[in-house]
Amino acid sequence: MNGGVRHLYVHLPFCAHRCGYCDFVTVVGREAQHGAYVDALLRELELERGLLAAELDTIFLGGGTPTFTEPAALERLLASLPNAREVTVEANPETVTSALAAQLSRNGVDRVSLGAQSFNTALLDVLERRSRGGDVSRAVYVLRDAGLDNINLDLLYGIPGQTPAGLERDLDEALALAPEHLSCYELEAKPGTRFTHAHGAELERQAESMEDYFERVVARLTAAGYRWYETANFCLAPERANGRDLRSQHNLGYWQGHDYLGLGIGAVSTVGGARRRTTPRLARYLESLAAGETPPREEEAIDPDTRRRELVMLGLRLDEPLALAGLETALDERALERLVRLDLVRREPGTLVLTTRGRFLGGGVTADLIA
Amino acid sequence: MDQARIRNFSIIAHIDHGKSTLADRILELTDAVSARDMREQVLDTMELERERGITIKAQAVRVTWKGHELNLIDTPGHVDFTYEVSRSLQACEGALLVVDAAQGTEAQTLANAYLAIENDLEIVPVANKIDLPQADPEGAAREVAELIGDTAEHVLRISAKTGEGVADVLDAVIERIPAPAGEPTAPPRALIFDSSYDQYRGVVAFVRVVDGEFQTRERLRAMALGTRFEAQEIGFMSPAMRAVDTLSAGEVGYVVTGLKDVSELRVGDTLTSESRPAAEPLPGYKDVKPMVFAGLFPTDSDEYPELRDALEKLKLNDAALFYEPETSQALGFGFRCGFLGLLHMEIMRERLEREFDLDLLVTAPNVAYRVLERNGEWREVHNPSEMPLEVDDVEEPYVKASIIVPKEYVGQVMELNNDRRGKFDHMEYLSPERVHLTYELPLAEIVLDYYDQLKSRTRGYASFDYDYVGFRPGNLVRVDVLVAGETVDALSLIIHREFAYDRGRLLVERLREEIPRQMFDVPIQAAIGARVIARETVKARRKDVLAKCYGGDITRKRKLLENQKKGKKRMKQVGAVEVPQEAFLAVLNIGQDSRK
Repeated sequence: MNGGVRHLYVHLPFCAHRCGYCDFVTVVGREAQHGAYVDALLRELELERGLLAAELDTIFLGGGTPTFTEPAALERLLASLPNAREVTVEANPETVTSALAAQLSRNGVDRVSLGAQSFNTALLDVLERRSRGGDVSRAVYVLRDAGLDNINLDLLYGIPGQTPAGLERDLDEALALAPEHLSCYELEAKPGTRFTHAHGAELERQAESMEDYFERVVARLTAAGYRWYETANFCLAPERANGRDLRSQHNLGYWQGHDYLGLGIGAVSTVGGARRRTTPRLARYLESLAAGETPPREEEAIDPDTRRRELVMLGLRLDEPLALAGLETALDERALERLVRLDLVRREPGTLVLTTRGRFLGGGVTADLIA
Repeated sequence: MDQARIRNFSIIAHIDHGKSTLADRILELTDAVSARDMREQVLDTMELERERGITIKAQAVRVTWKGHELNLIDTPGHVDFTYEVSRSLQACEGALLVVDAAQGTEAQTLANAYLAIENDLEIVPVANKIDLPQADPEGAAREVAELIGDTAEHVLRISAKTGEGVADVLDAVIERIPAPAGEPTAPPRALIFDSSYDQYRGVVAFVRVVDGEFQTRERLRAMALGTRFEAQEIGFMSPAMRAVDTLSAGEVGYVVTGLKDVSELRVGDTLTSESRPAAEPLPGYKDVKPMVFAGLFPTDSDEYPELRDALEKLKLNDAALFYEPETSQALGFGFRCGFLGLLHMEIMRERLEREFDLDLLVTAPNVAYRVLERNGEWREVHNPSEMPLEVDDVEEPYVKASIIVPKEYVGQVMELNNDRRGKFDHMEYLSPERVHLTYELPLAEIVLDYYDQLKSRTRGYASFDYDYVGFRPGNLVRVDVLVAGETVDALSLIIHREFAYDRGRLLVERLREEIPRQMFDVPIQAAIGARVIARETVKARRKDVLAKCYGGDITRKRKLLENQKKGKKRMKQVGAVEVPQEAFLAVLNIGQDSRK
């Protein structure tokens, strides 16, 4: 696809509180700086606009908690963004009000990704989330009332204190809301964090249940008519959704190896064989852009071999076959044969796809497969 | 030198009883080494020897004392080198038997004393370390006197550390030890009691001239092996090499041969002159054979050529070291090495790791087995995986083990020996407190952890020595370990049928713990032939995914997978199963733990 980058990511780092397990670039509070940050974002957008295609496919506002951003600043940002065929905003359930829903809807947002994590207040407390169990369904109804009909719920499993039955209840509640999309992740507690320190023994116990949780998630959601289209992502199958393709088009862009531009602190872009990451430091970022300069960035050149390995790694996360043309040198042929024999990978002329069992072992299979 | 003014002697002692210290004091006292040059234990040249406090290769030093030429022939102090010790002793007329006055006689004291008596040596008993507060010189003197049939008054009391009594020792050497009595005019004969390899001069033989006279530049012949060469230089050590024109009957010295391979000149062989050959060699030559075998594999398979070169170099100096290439499907390319015994193996392994900086994986040691083939011939097997699956007759080497222990531990030692298929032979009280036990044991039962077990069950008090007594029939089976149906050759072992089930179960249990879960079920089995005796399964993984992967994660997740791939490449492949090297190590180390 030529004519410029078609996927735009905008990072809004502000949160009311930093959750114990979170490892994103976030900034707590600082309401006074929200406006300045949006100014900086818009300035960065101007500086980078030359990279963008005339028409964008997707925009994704991630965080942080984008919906925690001070409303006037958020309004200014939304109003100034270019048009795109899919515009997603991440939101925490407790931040969703009818005013917010109206604001999003009015400004061309057509997809909302809710950080639900769980419907169980006790588990939300463990995660240090600010929402209560009931907030998720309330948020979904409020968004639907505003005409938003493409809603994702993020769910976590392996939370300290969770049980298989508890996960089943979360899935019951989620399915009852009939979201268009579900992302289900295992809780990844980073070693050395406060959270890991506080829940060490219980996290080890949860780790032993992860296989079971993952199998339950896939089994329940596919049985309920969801398409397991990516390792951790599910969408209502087209036949259940009037033929709509409800996959996250923005994330699909990552997995299919498209170029993307990221704006804001800590944001990553991959454009034409180079990957760069903007400074995660708010002050430096604001300072540079206030002076009309590009903020500091780390750059990494992605050589063609590396790029091919990435395309294999990303592509095999999807349920659709990966076209092999041009990727042959990234594959370990002997490993491939072995994996085919083990019925973990299916090879068709010109394509490769993981079998169902292969998808459960996708990380190991891919590690084996890459040359 | 007139033979009447020559004395040739050795010092024999249990490990740590002060043999090397006494040798150092003798060199000092006779001005062979100036105090300034004095390093402790001058005779032990190798770094490793100094560190372990043991002497690996025998050497000879000439010193002068009161108008006499004294040749001190150093001997190795361990059973693995019994043959070398016996050759060194044969080069002497007498021996100083040194006993630690605080410890009394120990297993090696006995073994060495018996060797000296067998060689008709005059024994000069010495109680050493009398300066120690806990020393009991009288008790030690009584014990050692009884051992050699002497009187306690005859036992010298010294401290090699302080030098007290060392001059008396030298006087006793002259007074008590007989002068050599060879034929000065007969055709020359010299006993080779040691040899070493010098990078520039080739093999250097250390010899005791028995009859006649040897001259520099003379053509010589080793009578047993038939090797011929010219004596490029002859001389003696003082302790540096000193060239002379002749070495005559009764003298001890060296011969530079220019030979490039120590195996051409074996310890125990007799040198004679080509122009005036002796009719008969000196008695007692024996071809020593390795008894303990293990596979040595480089941890990093790229180091195979370095391992080969290192073994070649060590072999230059050690005719008893045996090695041949071995290929293991699990461990890659390496060598099957044969050693005289456990200490010999340990020393070689340490030298390979230390002097050649190699990282080695060593399989569990096994002994040499004799197997009766279908064609009626006996074959020696050095590797369990070479053992035929179906054999009627197998023989294994036995040793006579000699154990000295305080009486309260006798029960413990007997129990251990019974567990190890030992056959009780003899028990005697050396003193009211200390007991000497002898047992016949299969060598295979002591190659693993016997010594550690003995030490731990006797709180370190037991001393132990052994001597080979020959091959005996054994009820032995080969146990194979199979991972996903493939035999892991490096883990096969030969074991008494009675222990096969327990060991097999232990092996598969340990492997199950060590083999990471794979993408499929991995059965692990122990089997005797086609009969499975133990089985475990490593259950397949059910989930192995990188949970999240979005735009900002790609680099990190890619690196994770690339590292995972590298990790897989480092693993050893058994069929389709990836087995980390540590798993083999853990299993190979089972032998080092207790059997139970």
